Amino acid sequence: MIYDVIVIGGGPAGLYAAAAACGNGAKNVLVLERDGETGGILQQCIHSGFGLHMFRAELTGPEYAERALEMLTNTGIEIKTNTMVLSISEDRTVTAINDHDGFMELKANAIVLCTGCRERTGGAIGLAGSRPAGVFTAGAAQRLINIDGYMVGRRVCILGSGDIGLIMARRMALEGAKVEAVFELMPYSGGLRRNIAQCLDDFGIPLFLSHTVTAVEGRERVEGVWVSQVDSDLKPIPGTEKLWECDTLLLSVGLIPENELPQAAGIEMDTRMGGLIVYENRETSIPGIFAAGNAVHVHDLADFASAEASIAGQAAAVFNTDKGDSNLKTVNIVAGDGVSYTVPQKIRPDNIEGAIHVHGIHFDAKCDIFFRIRSNYEDAVIEVHSESEVLEIKRGHMTPGEMARISLSKEFIKNSDNITIKVVNKC
Amino acid sequence: MLEFTCVVCPWGCSLIVESENISGYSCSRGLAYAKNEQTDPRRDISGTVRVTGAAHPVIPVKTSSPIPKDLLLDAAELLRKTSISAPIKTGDVIIANMLGTGIDFIAARSIEAV
Amino acid sequence: MENMQMIDALIIGCGVVGTAAAYELSRYNLSVVAVDRLNDIAGETTRANSGIVHAGFDPVPGSVISKLNVRGNELLNKLCPKLDVPYIQNGSLVLGFDDTDKNTLKELYHRGIEYNVPGIDLISADKARELEPNLSDEVVGALYAPSGGIIGPWELAVALGETAIKNGVKFSLNTEVVGINRTENGYIVKTTKGDFETRTVVNAAGLHSDVVHGFVKEPDFKILPKRGQYYLLDKSAGEIVSHTIFQCPNKLGKGVLVTPTTHGNLLIGPSSEDVDCCENTDTDAETLRFVVDKARHSVPNINMRECIRNFSGVRAAADTDDFIIREADKHFYDLAGIKSPGLTAAPAIAEELISMMDASGIELTPKDVFIDERRTIRFKNLSNEERAELIKKNPAYGRIVCRCESVTEGEILDAFNSPLPPTTLDAVKRRCYPGMGRCQSGFCAPKTIALIAKRFNIDPLDVEKDRHGSFILTGEKGRDL
Repeated sequence: MIYDVIVIGGGPAGLYAAAAACGNGAKNVLVLERDGETGGILQQCIHSGFGLHMFRAELTGPEYAERALEMLTNTGIEIKTNTMVLSISEDRTVTAINDHDGFMELKANAIVLCTGCRERTGGAIGLAGSRPAGVFTAGAAQRLINIDGYMVGRRVCILGSGDIGLIMARRMALEGAKVEAVFELMPYSGGLRRNIAQCLDDFGIPLFLSHTVTAVEGRERVEGVWVSQVDSDLKPIPGTEKLWECDTLLLSVGLIPENELPQAAGIEMDTRMGGLIVYENRETSIPGIFAAGNAVHVHDLADFASAEASIAGQAAAVFNTDKGDSNLKTVNIVAGDGVSYTVPQKIRPDNIEGAIHVHGIHFDAKCDIFFRIRSNYEDAVIEVHSESEVLEIKRGHMTPGEMARISLSKEFIKNSDNITIKVVNKC
Repeated sequence: MLEFTCVVCPWGCSLIVESENISGYSCSRGLAYAKNEQTDPRRDISGTVRVTGAAHPVIPVKTSSPIPKDLLLDAAELLRKTSISAPIKTGDVIIANMLGTGIDFIAARSIEAV
Repeated sequence: MENMQMIDALIIGCGVVGTAAAYELSRYNLSVVAVDRLNDIAGETTRANSGIVHAGFDPVPGSVISKLNVRGNELLNKLCPKLDVPYIQNGSLVLGFDDTDKNTLKELYHRGIEYNVPGIDLISADKARELEPNLSDEVVGALYAPSGGIIGPWELAVALGETAIKNGVKFSLNTEVVGINRTENGYIVKTTKGDFETRTVVNAAGLHSDVVHGFVKEPDFKILPKRGQYYLLDKSAGEIVSHTIFQCPNKLGKGVLVTPTTHGNLLIGPSSEDVDCCENTDTDAETLRFVVDKARHSVPNINMRECIRNFSGVRAAADTDDFIIREADKHFYDLAGIKSPGLTAAPAIAEELISMMDASGIELTPKDVFIDERRTIRFKNLSNEERAELIKKNPAYGRIVCRCESVTEGEILDAFNSPLPPTTLDAVKRRCYPGMGRCQSGFCAPKTIALIAKRFNIDPLDVEKDRHGSFILTGEKGRDL
């Protein structure tokens, strides 16, 4: 049997990809999930803040996951949990294992990769010192607390003020730990302002900007961390180091798309953020293999990952019946000054049809470009250069912590080979 | 003058309160939040409680509406003392009228009995 | 526990030297016990080093090391396939960057010829770059030694230890030697787990071998702990070189190397620093920067964004600057001062031990049956057909625990059922690799903790990361950390 669409990963992106594939005519749709249940990382994100776009409600992660799964009721979509995919190949063969089906070699007309992302570790940021118990990535600690029901420490320092770091500060405080401080390498927090208010300020937890943990102390369990102020090059300033006593260090120092499967299959990667190079319909460099969600690039909200997955799922369903024209004109989207990367990186203007609608929300997918900027702007202007014209879009305040998005019309795109996006300060 | 961040949605508006005058909000919920924050500051929280007879040892719960801010730690302590048994449906009341507030802790996911 | 039944040999220290001694002794009809103060074997120098099988051209002429390095290399070549130890004879290059280096390379070449290092050759810079396209443009020539290799260091100790146990050796972990008394027939070794009466003592105590020696004889050597710091890079960086790349040795040792590991990662290091305490395995930013600078001198385009871990190990160098292998007192054997290339030399050191025992009148009759084979299942390395078969036989191989390294629950259960069952997170990692990958156990630690707790019937709160006291979880009420 050949599946119409196989979706790898049953997190928010995977569930939406499967639903969209099914909703656009795919018959045999299979979701392969490595965990014991679908929902992915949402299951451990028990705080509210999900679903404002998709469900017009502020949900916890598990509630969002449950509603996403409910969409698949009576669709005939098959879900295999506790199933690990070992490889994918250019001919759209998937090998996977679990303990009841054993080793499986599955064929599909189209594949959607929704494998999510993983956390950067202390090793990845070159954290020095000793290597005792008590150093956790924030997400790993979150899982141990919220799913497995354990506490991971009593006296905590946190490096990184992205949303996961801030939310874990509150979580640890609510569970009775003393959260000593949150340290942030950058001169600004990468997290939402409301999270600084409700996760730190409410609990009297100090935030130290332009500070970093340089080394860990303690032989068996963490006994403290060395913290230094950093200069404008983000290098520790000698003489500013201070030992903070604690038994636990949580690291919230970034997320990296998880792309070992496509990498091994020879799919073209975007080394700028460790994600994948995709077309407007989230097709990768191998025809019939699509990708969406945090595997492509790390999204700010599960809602956005879900929306992207709807594009990919729909395209996978279309590919199932119509392999498309491989000779379509391709426009490259170039990240210019101030922009670190864009998604998609390539657009085939002829594929831009109408907008799609997900849960009543207009999502002008095929001409939307997402990108991240490199630094803070107070009065930003986005410049979009085609070969014949320049669009200027005023944006005011912009920060690297928030994904930027612009919509371009097919008309604007179709006559250029390259479209360059830049961000400049107005004055 | 008091300046603080609105927490009702991810937008995070900067609210400014000058005696009777409130500015900086972008929606009616934000205005209500700014008013309340002066007289009766409240927050939503979520946490977990022990669950027996299920595939997981704990299940997430959340407040049915915001609770007084100074009860946050007491509410968390209450959750640590609570144990329930599966099955549970999303929205089931786990702790009713928590700490006499009239507000409930409700289940934030369903969990089957095993 | 009193162990007053007389045994033939007590080995102190279960690093690679102690386990090699145990393996070698287990060939004979002897009662042997190996003790270690830590909760796992290979817990100190053996767990954190370069993992290199040295070709053997650099030891100083006349040294004990010069005899044992080449022999050790030869022995490992046969031993590793037999005992299923990860080992690749990838060949090594020593790079020269100027005329002084060129003279050093010539000197090393001549030593290599004298010590019978197979296939050793002086090669041009062009030839070197042909072998390794990513070498620095500043290389002016190199010494090539095809017999150089890479090995899984703790895997070697585990394989030797497990095989020794299958052949009758007993291991006692968490057993620290606190004193040794001489008796008429041998020694009474006092430990934290009671006394052992033994005819012979093998001092393989590594960083503590001077202290153990001191229990019996006047100290005549001192261990000067030398720390080496390393960076480990992701598998995506593992192919930047295929050989082990050295620079010319200096007075601090063999210098910073760049090498693939048997696991497919890239390793750069080590530094060489004197430390006052053998427990001091800290790393520091300044030294790590030095390591990167030195490594980039050999291979400029090492991408440190691929780094997944830094670590350090402490080497047990003696102030005599050579291995100390001798019968220090009657039937008390020192296998001490085992600095680099101790890992390579370990099987040869064990051979020396047997000769010394033989010479001092210990009766060595070979066992009728000696098990000299070991196989472990590594799911990741199997063909799809083998995988299918395996899961059919045991569904536990169908459950992936560590996604980065594709480690199945079946492999972890195998390790639990092995002769030396791992009891901690790090010990499980040393047996079958969960947590070795790019996520550094972020995803798999909860599963591994649960498996350990189940296997040893303990509360997950009591599961340790590494040494005793390294508790991971604190529980609701809070553990004293």
